[in-house]
Amino acid sequence: MNIFTSIGRYTLFVRGLFSRPERFAVFWERTLHEMTAIGVGSLGIVAAISLSVGAVTTVQTAYQLVSGIVPRSIISTILRDSTILELAPTITCLVLAGKVGANIASELGNMSVSEQIDALDVMGVNSSSYLVLPKIVAGVFVIPLLIIVAMALGIVGGYWAGVMGGAITPRDFTAGILDDFRGFTVVFSFIKTITFAFLITSISSFHGYYTRGGALEVGRSSTKAVVYSCVGILFSDFILSQMLLEN
Amino acid sequence: MIEIKNVYKSFNGKTVLDNVSAVFAKGKTNLVIGASGSGKSVLMKCLVGLEPIDKGQILYDNRDFANLNYEDKKEVRREIGMLFQGAALFDSLCVEENVGFPLKMFSTMSKSEQMDRVNFCLKCVNLENANKKFPSEISGGMKKRVGIARAIALNPEYLFCDEPNSGLDPLTSRVIDELIKEITQEFQITTIINSHDMKTVMDLGDTICFIHQGVMWWQGNNTQILNSGNKELDTFLKAYLF
Repeated sequence: MNIFTSIGRYTLFVRGLFSRPERFAVFWERTLHEMTAIGVGSLGIVAAISLSVGAVTTVQTAYQLVSGIVPRSIISTILRDSTILELAPTITCLVLAGKVGANIASELGNMSVSEQIDALDVMGVNSSSYLVLPKIVAGVFVIPLLIIVAMALGIVGGYWAGVMGGAITPRDFTAGILDDFRGFTVVFSFIKTITFAFLITSISSFHGYYTRGGALEVGRSSTKAVVYSCVGILFSDFILSQMLLEN
Repeated sequence: MIEIKNVYKSFNGKTVLDNVSAVFAKGKTNLVIGASGSGKSVLMKCLVGLEPIDKGQILYDNRDFANLNYEDKKEVRREIGMLFQGAALFDSLCVEENVGFPLKMFSTMSKSEQMDRVNFCLKCVNLENANKKFPSEISGGMKKRVGIARAIALNPEYLFCDEPNSGLDPLTSRVIDELIKEITQEFQITTIINSHDMKTVMDLGDTICFIHQGVMWWQGNNTQILNSGNKELDTFLKAYLF
């Protein structure tokens, strides 16, 4: 299957999702369940990665800052902007593509090969809407919340590494964080995150939903889901940056 | 009653169903038999709308199912119950949630009415005291019985069973056969069964359709099948009987 056929099928798949749920109560129940699975289930790994990335960014920035003319507060300014603009949304979403994306693809893939999706269709349930839409809605709502946590913990990690390591004083760190802050960076970060969340959940669902065969194909679908989600994230990151950050 | 008229289906130019016509009567167990790859599973998938047909008509009590729009098709589908070969129970739901799923999605019953109906259906398949078990915790035969309970939860007009005895021991197979027969007669359902099991064919075959290489080769019932005089059918039967 060539790439254009895949993109066409993916587009039709996404279009087919947005139909009225058979039972709104059931849809809401499933969405809450998915929010818990994606949000609470990913909190630990997001926290660990954010603290680590924030700490490493601070240490590496301090290491490169050899000139005595440049104030040390620039370390936390760089940390703030890189965390908000790139590290928190992009790195976190790449990790979530692996964790959440593989989980979605294997769950739907397994349902597909064991005829559970056929069973839904035979009953008259719109299987793609019933199974996939709650995942997308949950992802689009919960992943931005995870990114807020990632931003905060990235800066906390940077503070901890910078101050404890003696690279920056607490006062300089605070001054750098507050210096020339532009609110649009946060807005841009959320635009990116919502786009990434949609791509992760929809691409992974697409690969899982159309799995045919057996256990081997379920594994392949999970791998494809992660790879294509990551490619989608990186490609859209560039496009959004070009569109929204041009001076 | 389900009537299929001149149905054609092909995959990538290879004809799998070639001008197939048949009538499946209400309140009867209608068997579709044939060798592996003969097209009987494709026929069943076409009947329930999982595969579109290329040409022909599938009439559910004179409603041309294959040519209905999506919403009208959904209405017909709510009158269909289906037992899949592997039961196709939802892994994340326990037995009572599986059986209650169609009720939760489509009925206007209260929760307690739904629970009563679930318990009634489970009683019909002799499966009480398993309500809270998950599919991974029950045997193959129990899964099939839960599958039947789920299929009859909404009082279907039409029941489809794809290889209901595959992977089951002979004793459990007879239990499943008896259940299907009882349910069909009691609720006057149009039941269509795909089967390889000759005991099932002889016990349940009110109507038997033999498909050979995608063609409806012979139709009759369990009293006629052993004396059909049809060479291909006799070869097929001999392979199972001797």
